[in-house]
Amino acid sequence: MNHSVKTDQYTHHDHYGVDELLDSDHLLARDAVRAWVKQEVSPIIESYAEKGECPTHLFKGLAEIGAFGPSLPTEYGGGGMDEIAYGVIMQELERGDSGIRSMASVQGSLVMYPIFRYGSEAQKKKYLPKLGSGEFIGCFGLTEPDHGSNPGGMTTNIKDDGDAYILNGAKMWITNSPVADLAVVWAKDEEGAIRGMVVESDSKGFSAPEIHGKWSLRASITGELVFEDVRVPKENVFPEIKGLKGPLSCLSKARYGIAWGAVGAALDCYDSALRYSLEREQFGKPIGQFQLTQKKLAEMITEITKAQLLVWRLGTLANKGKATPAQISMAKRNNVHMALEVAREARQIHGGMGITNEYPIMRHMMNLETVLTYEGTHDIHLLITGMEVTGLNAFK
Amino acid sequence: MKYLVCVNKTPDTTAKISFKNDGKEFDDSGVQYIMNPYDEWYALVRALELKEANGGEVVLINVGGPENDTVIRKGLAIGGDKAVRINGSGDSFYVASQIANYAKDNNFDIIFAGKESIDYNGSEVPAMVAELLDLPFISYGIKLEMEGETATVTRDVEGGVEIAEVNTPFVISAAKGMAEQRIPNMRGIMMAKKKPLDVVEPTSVEARVEISSFELPPPKAEVKLVDPENMDELVRLLHEEAKVI
Repeated sequence: MNHSVKTDQYTHHDHYGVDELLDSDHLLARDAVRAWVKQEVSPIIESYAEKGECPTHLFKGLAEIGAFGPSLPTEYGGGGMDEIAYGVIMQELERGDSGIRSMASVQGSLVMYPIFRYGSEAQKKKYLPKLGSGEFIGCFGLTEPDHGSNPGGMTTNIKDDGDAYILNGAKMWITNSPVADLAVVWAKDEEGAIRGMVVESDSKGFSAPEIHGKWSLRASITGELVFEDVRVPKENVFPEIKGLKGPLSCLSKARYGIAWGAVGAALDCYDSALRYSLEREQFGKPIGQFQLTQKKLAEMITEITKAQLLVWRLGTLANKGKATPAQISMAKRNNVHMALEVAREARQIHGGMGITNEYPIMRHMMNLETVLTYEGTHDIHLLITGMEVTGLNAFK
Repeated sequence: MKYLVCVNKTPDTTAKISFKNDGKEFDDSGVQYIMNPYDEWYALVRALELKEANGGEVVLINVGGPENDTVIRKGLAIGGDKAVRINGSGDSFYVASQIANYAKDNNFDIIFAGKESIDYNGSEVPAMVAELLDLPFISYGIKLEMEGETATVTRDVEGGVEIAEVNTPFVISAAKGMAEQRIPNMRGIMMAKKKPLDVVEPTSVEARVEISSFELPPPKAEVKLVDPENMDELVRLLHEEAKVI
């Protein structure tokens, strides 16, 4: 089907004047990323998703626009922006595609952020500028084949060997791993404490086989990380941080971005459905004039508006350093589920066309199935809220 | 060299256009604004390219209220060095007078503007600025090359191009082809916050044109299908309804 030349007609929807709550930097950042997505992503994304291929040339473009670590300080390759700016950038990227947003989330929140937060000065200087400029691509190894929602059960481990540690184990569902120059890896030391480290992909015993056959995030590359007696120099280990709070703090950062990103995917589905409902005629009038279509559209924009306000408030808290992991969990869970529901309703409004790659709906919907599960599943985030309100842990 | 780039704020190309106050005023409720694309993509970017090649300074100028600051900051994020906003509004003559008044004391080598703004499509301001400053004016340039103080400008004309030479200082309006859109990056957006945006009070200028009213184009008529056998009906419709024959 000929789709690639179709113009991206997306326009922003702001039913509650949320734009008035944003600063001019936020609006400029959002408009810049939107223009970049329309120019670089929209014309090619359906074809890459269809082929199941990652448009790796976009890494350089993402770096140039400033999508990697926008809220990190400029001296370490970041953008020096605030958390709301980071949020709107993720929103616009995911408006294009969740896989493209994932490329940026992983590089910024799961690779640059832990090196910035926990790395030694030498590690920061060595890696951050090159990660910010896209010269290095990074990935994040926490999840294992047998330990997803329970990362504390990990079996990947390091053993002291003089000036290095010997790393063994395997990680699973790692975004960017097959193309990564380095991985931030979490492994247990001989005392059983979880430690973080930078592992360069040209190390002996390091491999990153690609995971094939995904029906979701098809334009994002996903793989394993396999470590067979990989020597990791001791200077590559994060000096201070021990325990799960290290990786979990990174996930909070990434989940925060996902909460914003999901709004972008929902907006794209809504925008397409609204336009289609005004163009498509049945029984002599646009389908947007029928009550059942209006119900769908009205409920979609209601839920999107609530999600926009939720992330704006979360961003305001994050800027003050007051956004708690539980608040981030609630926003990630709510907004991703909202986006998936919006995609499903939008698919119905598009009728049969909704299942084709003429429209972005089915791609967003399939992507969002992953987003619902990764970075803390829909159910786990519910239990985090449950634990927050009851004080009782339902995980164990 | 010193370059002055006139930047205007216009409704987004997707904005729904409506009018209020008996059709005398544009209704901007819910309208999102952008920098006029001819100013941004062609005039500003070509000025930046010349500065990058030969050194100098790119100054942005806008006539309008504080609501225009986001658009001006975008110009600084793309690479402008500093900006001036003349804090007033009025017709084309008013705007051109304010720009000319600022430019006359600041010795700019080239004054750039887009060929028109995409809202009122007047193409008036740059010509008026040139006249008020008694400078040469070249309109609708699609290519601008500098050799010392001499510019070679290519203009689209019916059926071909016209190539003109002009020495600085001069005023030029830029059309599609003069440069390519640049998307600001996050670093540029942050740097723009530190660049000066001076607000200057306007000089007193009387507007010369009063808008009587705006009208939207008539809605598109429905397509009427006429049986090929019924030529009389086709002729009647063309004569009585379309009034073209």
